Amino acid sequence: MAFPKISLRGVTKAFGPKQVLKGIDLDVAEGKSMVVIGGSGTGKSVLLKCILGLMRPDAGSIKIDDVETVGLDSGSREDVMRKFGMLFQGGALFDSLRVWENVAFGPIQSDGMAPAKARGVAIAKLGAVGLGPEIGELFPSELSGGMQKRVALARAIAREPEIIFFDEPTTGLDPIMADVINELVVKCVSALGATAVSITHDMASARKIGHRIAMLYDGKLIWQGPVGEIDHCGNPHVEQFIHGRAEGPIQMQVRKL
Amino acid sequence: MNVPLVTLLGRVTLGFLAGIGAVTTFAGEAIRHAVQPPYYRRQIGQQMLEIGYYSLPVVGLTAIFTGMVLALQSYTGFARFSAESAIPNVVVVSLTRELGPVLASLMVAGRVGAAMAAEIGTMRVTEQIDALDTLSTDPLKYLVAPRLIAGIVTMPLLVLVADIIGVLGGYLVSIYKLDFNAVAYLRNTIDFLQFQDVFSGLVKAAVFGFLITLMGCYHGYTSKGGAQGVGMATTNAVVSASILILTFNYFITEAFFAR
Repeated sequence: MAFPKISLRGVTKAFGPKQVLKGIDLDVAEGKSMVVIGGSGTGKSVLLKCILGLMRPDAGSIKIDDVETVGLDSGSREDVMRKFGMLFQGGALFDSLRVWENVAFGPIQSDGMAPAKARGVAIAKLGAVGLGPEIGELFPSELSGGMQKRVALARAIAREPEIIFFDEPTTGLDPIMADVINELVVKCVSALGATAVSITHDMASARKIGHRIAMLYDGKLIWQGPVGEIDHCGNPHVEQFIHGRAEGPIQMQVRKL
Repeated sequence: MNVPLVTLLGRVTLGFLAGIGAVTTFAGEAIRHAVQPPYYRRQIGQQMLEIGYYSLPVVGLTAIFTGMVLALQSYTGFARFSAESAIPNVVVVSLTRELGPVLASLMVAGRVGAAMAAEIGTMRVTEQIDALDTLSTDPLKYLVAPRLIAGIVTMPLLVLVADIIGVLGGYLVSIYKLDFNAVAYLRNTIDFLQFQDVFSGLVKAAVFGFLITLMGCYHGYTSKGGAQGVGMATTNAVVSASILILTFNYFITEAFFAR
């Protein structure tokens, strides 16, 4: 394989005077899982949205399968989107639709699958994340947070995407449910043979679902490497982050009481 | 003191112009999606029901009381010149040309425009609109275009119903309170009514339907910052739609009737 599945070069993004991404270079090989860690507000979500095409970077190049995606027109954009699945932080389930309609949304609306057939697909995908067919008849608001995450995961994998993005997959869940979600993420990604990009600040989750880890700090990726090397990487920023220490080179902007 | 004032004026002007530009670009994109297939028929039907059918009670009540008070006020005024016979004509022309479309649209702006801004705004802040994008569904096509189509198609029908109910209100007051002759009242109503009176009102209704749904969608779509942002979007949708309705009302009237 000559080129990486996802390749970023010099990606920058600013909001007004605030420079959020200051030149990101990142490669993700096909079938691998990359986890981007970093504190709150360091631009992890912005990075993900740029790759997804929901935001347009100010400069730089983003290639998917060696095809430049920055500045694509909306028609070609949809072809690229077809390769993507995305698990949003809050689930982002459509609350006006039933659970099975949420999962079947992509197949029906975008791929033109007949609703009856798509319903079967939806129930199979719900089964893959450990939810019974009876859950499909409920509305998202009737589900617990963990169940919503699982439905959102089922929706993300419903079109069998080549690349799946996970935005804080374990945030807001109890440790056991978080581990359940982590295992489902690993299982779904390997079952599809998909490439995965996750952003998280949960180290337990990062170690479990990632092959490689990259750390985002101050708009740049300050370290990246295989998950096994992170514990003795020698980078003081990374060490402060993975051990969760308030003291260190990363200073939180907290005013004195 | 002078400089800050000028700065402020400049900032407000620039903000206003940028706002117009953003709305126009949004409207252009949305119209393009509304015209080009595929059409989401289920969404269009749902929105027509929401804008038209579920607005019937509030628009009907508005229309009947407007018709009633119109008859009563005209009577107290016209009695001074012994011109009571003009009441059926005044009632039907005022309703079909002006009050039917304007009042019905203002009520719908408050009811439907606000709901659209709140719904789409919530979808925006909970990332549901981003989710649509990642499922290869254009949010403008799926969310905005059906609402615009439904607004343009449904408002004229709603206003036609409002016209009829309003005339009924005027009729009831004239017959049972002011002792008009029922047959003469109806004949006067119909004889004086011209095609253009009703037609101009229905054209207005279609334009207002577009403005209401456009403002609801635009402010919802561009809202940010959680519950407060959605609240602001809702307010802006209703206020801007109402002002646009009143502004466009003048210019459409001028286009139809100015000599």
